[in-house]
Amino acid sequence: MTEGTLRESASEVVRAPSFIADAPTSVPDNAAVVFDVSGLDVYYGNFRAVRDVNLQIHTHEITAFIGPSGCGKSTVLRCFDRMNDLIEGARIDGKIQFHGVDLYDPRIDPVEVRKRIGMVFQKPNPFPKSIYDNIAFGPRISGTKENLDDVVERALRQAALWDEVKDRLKKSAMGLSGGQQQRLCIARTIAVQPEVILMDEPCSALDPIATARIEDLMQELKSEYTILIVTHNMQQAARVSDRTAFFTTEVNPESDSRTGLLVEYAPTHKIFSAPEDERTENYVTGRFG
Amino acid sequence: MNELFVTTESGDLLLSDTTKRSRRIRNRLASIWMAGSVLVAVVPLALVIGYVLIKGVGQLTPDWFTKDLPAVTRRAGGGMGPAIVGTLLITAVAAGMAVPLGVLGAIYLHEYGGRGRLGRLIRFMADVMTGVPSIVMGLFVYTVWTIAHGLSAFGGALALACLMLPIIIRTTEEMLRLVPDELRQASYALGNRKWRTILTVVLPAAFGGITSGVMLAIARAAGETAPLVFTIGAARNLNLSIFNGPTTALSVQIFGNAQTPFEAAQARAWGAALTLVAIVFILTILARIVAARVARRHNA
Repeated sequence: MTEGTLRESASEVVRAPSFIADAPTSVPDNAAVVFDVSGLDVYYGNFRAVRDVNLQIHTHEITAFIGPSGCGKSTVLRCFDRMNDLIEGARIDGKIQFHGVDLYDPRIDPVEVRKRIGMVFQKPNPFPKSIYDNIAFGPRISGTKENLDDVVERALRQAALWDEVKDRLKKSAMGLSGGQQQRLCIARTIAVQPEVILMDEPCSALDPIATARIEDLMQELKSEYTILIVTHNMQQAARVSDRTAFFTTEVNPESDSRTGLLVEYAPTHKIFSAPEDERTENYVTGRFG
Repeated sequence: MNELFVTTESGDLLLSDTTKRSRRIRNRLASIWMAGSVLVAVVPLALVIGYVLIKGVGQLTPDWFTKDLPAVTRRAGGGMGPAIVGTLLITAVAAGMAVPLGVLGAIYLHEYGGRGRLGRLIRFMADVMTGVPSIVMGLFVYTVWTIAHGLSAFGGALALACLMLPIIIRTTEEMLRLVPDELRQASYALGNRKWRTILTVVLPAAFGGITSGVMLAIARAAGETAPLVFTIGAARNLNLSIFNGPTTALSVQIFGNAQTPFEAAQARAWGAALTLVAIVFILTILARIVAARVARRHNA
């Protein structure tokens, strides 16, 4: 599928809410679904890393993926922008739909997917270029016709970094602190104007103050972007997210390997106050993991 | 005095004096050993440069750079012009062939097909080629090129390019390996394609190291004698043509002149040696400056 058709079908679905809003009894939320994941299994070679993931990601919400190490939450996250394609032998079964478009349709260009679904990594990874060039990198590649200075300023303001760096835009991004670097990476992602931002443990390398700033930033960004965050930190999930997906691992009986699976997916307050599954309860109360 | 207190498993807070003393002595010994090694390594280098400088500097008159070689080697006079031009020309043509091929080959190996059978074969062959004696390269080019097309600067450049290629491939590949994968991931995550990621992220990040590797190869090639003896001949006069007629080079002149019993010729060999060292030195510094400029422009 070409970029054009992806855009078209996406915009069709985006238009849908207005029709539904006119209907007296609308299906709650359904039109606001960004990702619809059904029966997702992820394999690395013959090894099944994650099985049976079914969930829907809603627009302008923060969805948190929590769970113990090795439960596959990062693996699932990386399916949403097809970053797993870069790992040799990685493949999926099942379906991930983005506004009704199958992301793994052979006609889909993963590069176009990544322009619309940005990603922020665990370790801040600014390019060894100037602050300005880091932000301008994405817009330059997509050949934006906008004034680059404006794009850079807007992205840095949105990422709450502008005041700290406006006097040293031409200086290397490597000179920023870890927290600033991570906000720079968020700004760099925003500059491409994606619809969704995936965050893979964005605060695990940061101190509590830098973490708090990123969390505040996520709340501000929520009005414009749909955010998915993988976190090891349950308090963080409870603080920032609207919905939480709890993953865990199970030992495969025939071998020593472990496969991750989705246990429970619900509004965050429900996961933390009244989880339905015993495994979720054990995890969020600290009895396991 | 806090560093003296160490908690051990048994709860002792203080290590015994003897442990501290033997540790300090071992530390001192290791430091002396390392500093001494550096000195021993630097002494011959300084001696070589100093000796060449003292013996050769007397030759460097304006005539040295402009005049043709004398007709009779045992007499003083004449210059080294043809050999200086020859070395620059041959090395430049060799670099022009080997650098693009080598860098592109390394990009293929590291970023594309390096893990397949072809990639492993190419890497293995490059390793083997690094170890091939330069005189064998000279013989090889002599048989496949010089016999058919005669002595020329191009034959020498071919031989030098064969010598440079494996060095450039392996050093460039090592430099690409040093570029953190997180940078590639960041680029892909922004919707950048692979070829463009290599051009805009990977190569700029590795540029300094690649330049160093290329300079290493050029410096090695500029000083090679054996492959040139077979392929470029020994001209006395300036030959600016790459494909036609014999030419000469500084290394060949050092070799030829140093072998003679005549004082004037031996002095000429020292002068040529100094000129060669100076050329390599200047090229290396120029490359460093260019690399720093490019790095600043691309990487801030």
